[in-house]
Amino acid sequence: MKLHLNGRELTVDEALAEKRLIEYLREELDLTGAKNACDIGACGACTILIDDEPLKICLKRVKDVAGHRLLTIEGLAEPDGTLHPLQQAFVDAGAIQCGFCTPGMVLTAHAFLRKNPTPTREQIRTAIGHNLCRCTGYQQIIDAIAAAAVAYRDRETANGLVSPPS
Amino acid sequence: MPPAFPANWRNDAHAKVTGRTKYTDDLKFPRLLHAVPVYADEVHARLRAVETAAAAAAPGVVRVLTARDVPGANRVGQIIADFRIFADDKIRYHGDVVAVVVAETRDQAIHAGRLVRVDTVPLAAVLDPEVALRDEVLVHEERGTNLINTHRVRRGDPEAGFREAAFVIEHDFRTPFIEHAYLEPEVAVAVPRPDGVFEIHGSMQHPFSTRRFVAACLGCPLPQVEVVGTPMGGGFGGKDDTAAIVCARTALAARLLGRPVKTMYQRGWSIRESYKRHPYRVHYRMGVSAAGLITAVECRIVADGGAYCSVTPWVTWRSTVQCCGPYVVPHVHCDTLGVYTNNVVTGAMRGFGSPQMNFVVEQMVEIAAARAGLSGIEFRRRNMVRQGSVTITGQRLDNHTVSMGEVLEAVLKEIDYERKLSRCSHGHSDAAEFYGIGLAMSYRGVSLGAEGVDLCAAILNVQADGTVVLDLGVHENGQGAESAMVILCAGELGLEPDQVRCQRASTSTIPDSGTTVASRGTIMGGGAVVLAARELKRKLAAAVAETLRCAPAEVRFGDGRLHGAAGASLSFLEAVQAVWRQRERPHACAVFRAPSVSWDEETGQGDAYFTWVYGCQAVELAVHKQTGKVRLLGAVAAHDVGRAINPGMVAGQFYGGMVMGLGYALHEEVKLKDGRITNTNLNTYRLPRATDVPEMTALIIENPDPASPSGAKSIGEPTNEIMAPAVANALFHATGRRHFSLPMRPAPPWPEPASTEGAP
Ligand code: FES
Ligand code: FES
Repeated sequence: MKLHLNGRELTVDEALAEKRLIEYLREELDLTGAKNACDIGACGACTILIDDEPLKICLKRVKDVAGHRLLTIEGLAEPDGTLHPLQQAFVDAGAIQCGFCTPGMVLTAHAFLRKNPTPTREQIRTAIGHNLCRCTGYQQIIDAIAAAAVAYRDRETANGLVSPPS
Repeated sequence: MPPAFPANWRNDAHAKVTGRTKYTDDLKFPRLLHAVPVYADEVHARLRAVETAAAAAAPGVVRVLTARDVPGANRVGQIIADFRIFADDKIRYHGDVVAVVVAETRDQAIHAGRLVRVDTVPLAAVLDPEVALRDEVLVHEERGTNLINTHRVRRGDPEAGFREAAFVIEHDFRTPFIEHAYLEPEVAVAVPRPDGVFEIHGSMQHPFSTRRFVAACLGCPLPQVEVVGTPMGGGFGGKDDTAAIVCARTALAARLLGRPVKTMYQRGWSIRESYKRHPYRVHYRMGVSAAGLITAVECRIVADGGAYCSVTPWVTWRSTVQCCGPYVVPHVHCDTLGVYTNNVVTGAMRGFGSPQMNFVVEQMVEIAAARAGLSGIEFRRRNMVRQGSVTITGQRLDNHTVSMGEVLEAVLKEIDYERKLSRCSHGHSDAAEFYGIGLAMSYRGVSLGAEGVDLCAAILNVQADGTVVLDLGVHENGQGAESAMVILCAGELGLEPDQVRCQRASTSTIPDSGTTVASRGTIMGGGAVVLAARELKRKLAAAVAETLRCAPAEVRFGDGRLHGAAGASLSFLEAVQAVWRQRERPHACAVFRAPSVSWDEETGQGDAYFTWVYGCQAVELAVHKQTGKVRLLGAVAAHDVGRAINPGMVAGQFYGGMVMGLGYALHEEVKLKDGRITNTNLNTYRLPRATDVPEMTALIIENPDPASPSGAKSIGEPTNEIMAPAVANALFHATGRRHFSLPMRPAPPWPEPASTEGAP
């Protein structure tokens, strides 16, 4: 089984096909950015991107994503640690409190901005409407997404978001 | 102080936004075992036996623990030691844990948990606090009563006050159980160390009370338990007792098995077992003079404490002290009762007894205003506390700036309140929606007040290269406490952000500074940091004053240097080295003690809190005439925070608190059926979503507090305590209907437009 994960190709042991995807990422690969907060697809804390679309993975198995392109929060910044403009916007806007919703929020927003780099605040609200945050009241998250949108209007940046396979 | 930090600076933002922050469940330990709780489907029952043999024999199971395995105390509590680590004599609520299964994998433990059987004798359950007060069914037989505690206020002569009144209004209010819904459920890891210490990593907001619970359960001395601060995914007051008990069970397993053990809660277990915000029933009478002044208040407050005491006496104390809101009332008779029932346990939640009372008071004043022929604003202006006012507990407000009027006027102006008020529909509109605007305000005693011993420590340890390690008594709950402390520390010392680092907190390195609740983090922690920094500065200044050709008191700190007489200066590092050369340590430890407070339980009189904060919030909304659906159009809040250390984070507290308040107003409610919670996950417990909430404006008001070394007061809770009544008042102005219980779900048929408020 093959996965494209954060720009790299990965061969996965068939024995892991039935494993829950979130456990595979968190336990086997130590990619713990995706959080488990409800287990039933109700909160968005486990969101990653599959073929550029946000997906809540708490109900998914490894086999469900075989052959697909996955992006987790760990794959968004540059390899040297430089933050992606969207991540930097979250930091600058004060959009982070406890941070538990942050990976899912950032990835959901990333997928959204790639499709709509000139959103209204209402459209941003709808885009993150299924990602719960108990800390921030969403306002600074929306500020961050709105501020980052400009970076997505430049195609280079938008496409360079996922590091190319090395 | 030079703003050396970018706006919204946080020491943990980079790690969080890249997903690298390690919360408890993200940590890896070799040979880790997994523990899961087991519940019995009972609400009130005598527990005869817990049969564990089948579970113990299941694949992967290493051990099944019950009350019998506890070597120390099985009953713990911050006030009354009645909270069972494992159910022993009885099951008192549906979330009581009868056993813990420990297995090689979590799935094995979960599976085996289903094989645990309990032998019980069901008892009649008491689920209504008023019924519980009859003591026909006792939750704790040995106490002889279901009454947990009482509080009272006796001021003036209420009978005379009501006689003076031109009219009296009287209403009953109810509020529901509320779930904190921190996004990260409870989780704990206990590691037995070779030195005999049990190291606890966990999602909890009170490391010291956790250590007490764990040590009591294990029957070991306190230093044998080390609770290590671990990033947590939200708390909101909810990660105290229950979270500490999860740590205690985990530590017990680690001790008995000699291996690291993790207990990671599913959401369903978390909602089932963890304590909630208290539901209140309040009967409230208010007398008002012809001049529109409140002459008397009489109220009875009944709080459902659930099966165990937790902090019910403290929560209800705050409700009692603040039972008349920010108003001067000469005659008051208030009785508050905390009551045991077989419902889910209730305890601390953001607001701590104030959201319930503000929902009551801030509607009562508007009802009274209408009856007196005044606007709600004018009525508030006539009755609210001002500089030098005396509160209902006899405290004169003269040691800080009483900014009630200032925050009220700020909100009125920002949202253009009075003009918009005249446009409200009052149940009559030609459009598809009714329009309404409403507001509420409060004052809030800061920190613990007469609830407890209030002090906080900080340690500054300057390293050989001139950088500073800061050890803190306050806990990072996700709110940014550490960042605020680093900003304060660096500001005092004239250093850059990266020259101060917070030490990972541990109960073994810092004096017990109490819990990071009661919005006390910034005022208490900040007080300690500023005092420690000043002590360090005295040491440094004394060592270099001669070189800088000035008196020690004249040494100034800035730009990473110490400055003396004209042009003379040394780098911070040089000053540190000068201290070393004098065989002194560049080290400072300071304790900030809250100024003293006083309280008389008999009369309910005293200086309840050493300072107060003032806040006002307004909200605009539309209500669909056919469906009753509420659309929030905007909200404005003004809070006097003393001084904003990190303004972006302060604004974040505003928004987060306001939205949690909107949830309280319109959506949230833990539903119980026969003592069993029916909405145990986030699909049925309805939290506000981004699409539910309006654009908000945060007005930060700053009147530095003389009692606070940093000038800062607090903000976490004030923001969460007045949105529900603001919505209630806006709904009334929109539809003409009052809502006396939460959550509010307006629906047609609407009252006749002509109906006037205050009419019986
Ligand atoms: S954990 Fe997957 S949506 Fe909540
Ligand atoms: S920052 Fe805590 S849940 Fe969003």
